[in-house]
Amino acid sequence: MELYEGGCELKLLETLAGHSDRVWSLAWNPATVAAGTPLVFASCSGDKTVRIWENTPSHSASWTCKAVLEDTHTRTVRSCAWSPSGKLLATASFDATTAIWENVGGDYECVSTLEGHENEVKSVSWNASGTLLATCGRDKSVWIWEVQPGNEFECVSVLQGHTQDVKMVQWHPSTDVLFSCSYDNTIKVWAGDDDDWQCVQTLGEPNSGHSSTVWALSFNAGGDKMVTCSDDLTLKIWETDNIQMHSGDGYAPWRHLCTLTGYHDRSIFSVHWSSEDIIASGAADDAIRFFVENRDGLVDGPTYKLLLKKEKAHDMDINSIQWSPGEKRLLASASDDGTIKIWELASL
Amino acid sequence: MVSELINANPIVYEKKERRARSAPSDYSDEYAAEPIDQQEVFDHVRDIKDPEHPYSLEELKVITEDAIEVDDVQSYVRVTFTPTVEHCSMATIIGLCLRVKLLRSLPSRYKVDIRVAPGSHASEASVNKQLNDKERVAAALENPNLVDMVDECLAPSYG
Repeated sequence: MELYEGGCELKLLETLAGHSDRVWSLAWNPATVAAGTPLVFASCSGDKTVRIWENTPSHSASWTCKAVLEDTHTRTVRSCAWSPSGKLLATASFDATTAIWENVGGDYECVSTLEGHENEVKSVSWNASGTLLATCGRDKSVWIWEVQPGNEFECVSVLQGHTQDVKMVQWHPSTDVLFSCSYDNTIKVWAGDDDDWQCVQTLGEPNSGHSSTVWALSFNAGGDKMVTCSDDLTLKIWETDNIQMHSGDGYAPWRHLCTLTGYHDRSIFSVHWSSEDIIASGAADDAIRFFVENRDGLVDGPTYKLLLKKEKAHDMDINSIQWSPGEKRLLASASDDGTIKIWELASL
Repeated sequence: MVSELINANPIVYEKKERRARSAPSDYSDEYAAEPIDQQEVFDHVRDIKDPEHPYSLEELKVITEDAIEVDDVQSYVRVTFTPTVEHCSMATIIGLCLRVKLLRSLPSRYKVDIRVAPGSHASEASVNKQLNDKERVAAALENPNLVDMVDECLAPSYG
């Protein structure tokens, strides 16, 4: 069903309390949808724990906390990511480690701890096939780990290049190309194989890049577009040539497509591109915004417009916003106020 | 450890007199929250001790009432502070102290920006960026040594 400006609303389905400190990040388990089992997501917090939440099957608007992963990280857990199979959960912490958890009959066990970063680990991401893991942190480096049998992880590359704190890493949805964004205002693209990885492109101010810290990035389903969000109060859309990307070279350059400016008053911490091409942003002004491509007007090339703005979505900064996998337009947001909210974007 | 103080001879100013807050004359509004204003925010931070000297930020004119911008309707505060010397490496500590005190004193709806006075510091942009990066501040506040230092500076300000 088409959504148009003024024709939709963001309905709050539930507010989930439980964490005793700010919630930094959340991640939906990608496997539950295909399996026909209830939706599950993980959240991580300044309270040093990770919580697993499950949708109760009988009542679609009801969520319960199925597990609390504690006594492992000794500092804030900043980010979490499920493996594509949904069987493993990686959690990145300010304690400089990344923990790998396995769901063993409802209980989550920490099966591996990845060490190496010199200080706070800020983000973790699995590649599309689940064979590689990437982490990044304040030590300015990006690490690539190979997943081996028996839940063993081998570091195959430590990538230097960013000149400051790296805030997030994200693998491309269909190729083994890694993207990182940083306090140094740039986005870097890394390609390679085995233990030979290089920075193949840097998207900075000369390429119409951001003028302050880049907090997050998200790809569209096809992987030919990406959106980045920044402390400079803008969202930027980038595109690449998909055919070239999937050809033998495995990598194609990215170029700036457009900048969404004037919509946000404070830092934008999170952005997520849905499977239906609705871009959701979560910001430090407590608001959630939705953007879609602007199909009217006579402009060269695509532009984007604001579909909906939900002010005071939370009482404090929104740190993470993620669309759920699956059919419904469900999304979850995490905030400094310690809560997670489940929303549905519905037509009026 | 630096054996010499960054600024061994700071200029110490007289403290501004403390104006008593007058009680609201309208008793029907007894339970209404009073809007937070410049004076109140200044009162929260004026007695913070400088990290290096036994003087308050007010006494060293690191912070003045005029350098605080408040918009209670928008729930916004901006504090501009002036380090005593241009290359003050204590600037980030002072900024952190300001941030923590306001975090503990203002309602959680408040958005706070902290910056050094334009032209007052050699690494102005870099200090401002660090002080306003929420994630960096959060990580710093998980460092027990830093927290102890901050708490020591904040102790006189809770009176």
